[in-house]
Amino acid sequence: MMLPGSNRRIHAVHRHSGMAIAGLAADGRQIVTRAKSEATSYEKVYGEPIPVKELAERVASYVHLCTLYWWLRPFGCGVILGGYDCNGPELYMVEPSGVSYRYFGAAIGKGRQAAKTEIEKLKLSELTCRQGVIEVAKIIYGVHDEAKDKAFELEMSWVCEESNYQHQKVPDDLLEEAKAAAKAALEDMDDD
Amino acid sequence: MEGLRNAPHSMGTTIIGVTYDGGVVLGADSRTSTGMYVANRASDKITQLTDNVYVCRSGSAADSQIVSDYVRYFLEQHTIQLGEPTTVKVAANLVRLLSYQNKNMLQTGLIVGGWDKHEGGQIYSIPLGGTILKEPFTIGGSGSSYLYGFFDQAWKEGMSKEEAEKLVVKAVSLAIARDGASGGVVRTVIINADGVTRNVYTGDTLPLWHEELEAHNSLLDILSSGSSAESPVPMST
Repeated sequence: MMLPGSNRRIHAVHRHSGMAIAGLAADGRQIVTRAKSEATSYEKVYGEPIPVKELAERVASYVHLCTLYWWLRPFGCGVILGGYDCNGPELYMVEPSGVSYRYFGAAIGKGRQAAKTEIEKLKLSELTCRQGVIEVAKIIYGVHDEAKDKAFELEMSWVCEESNYQHQKVPDDLLEEAKAAAKAALEDMDDD
Repeated sequence: MEGLRNAPHSMGTTIIGVTYDGGVVLGADSRTSTGMYVANRASDKITQLTDNVYVCRSGSAADSQIVSDYVRYFLEQHTIQLGEPTTVKVAANLVRLLSYQNKNMLQTGLIVGGWDKHEGGQIYSIPLGGTILKEPFTIGGSGSSYLYGFFDQAWKEGMSKEEAEKLVVKAVSLAIARDGASGGVVRTVIINADGVTRNVYTGDTLPLWHEELEAHNSLLDILSSGSSAESPVPMST
């Protein structure tokens, strides 16, 4: 009954970076708002786009703040932050405890254990961004349990040379290609 | 006559920043004046902000020192936070913010120059109102008025380190010859991937432009070289 595209999980933080949320959507909005404000205020003061490492640290310390006082509750969501700065592309994950690490592959949410296993099988250093999009779609479809989980909608964004180093939604034709490849891979698995 | 010696310290100054193939050269004279009195004839107007970024100061000595001190402090914290050297652009932007936001109270023109691994050598000019301009070369201070034509003719893209330093030294010495508020020695700072090199060119190494007297250490030398009699003895009271 829900309109497709209305439950956005991926948000742009700055021209060069974006964030995917898993967990309570309202809590996620708060984190995204904070990240956006940190990014713009950094650029106002220092004159350059915020390095992704610095952005991750600021988001993490904000999330951590809410674990320090009895009158605040921790955030009910985890966040994967990706961006492209002068040091190249970087990926960070921030958990509700405030812990933040840099990753080459990360997963949060219900199917994260299975997803992590699938990611580990990939040779990340050899993939192009385009190939990565297809692989990620396959993993998302792969860990989705038809019996237990509700129907879902795939949402993808990227930052790479093809996107002119800006964070943007994956172009529709590539998204469809990824979905088709993922569904085909599922059928292959079922055939075994 | 009292006012001529009690004016606030100002650096009449000639300052220059020039990029070359691989880095930057910053140059300045060394005269700090209070009115007509030269308060410091050997001052250092090229101040360090970080390992790889320096700033040339002109205008009010106090104002430019305070701005440099604040920016050095902010940059130190920023470097620690970032975990890697700050870029020249960031340093220049901080200088610009202070200059612009306090424009009513400050009177200082600055040239920020340095080298970082992302953009190489860069020069940023931050004149009185707090504008920021990235330029291949720039001049500032009261002595710079006499150098605009000179640079239009003598500047070229992609000079070597030696050519760039020679150009800067020649330019500062020309300005010193014409500008009463500039004088003393010529100081240069060269910043590139290999690090920072400081040089001083004293009056005797600079070319003479307009039949000025040759540099001497002391008047006593002239007297003793001229006459065969014994050198003059200081008066005793």
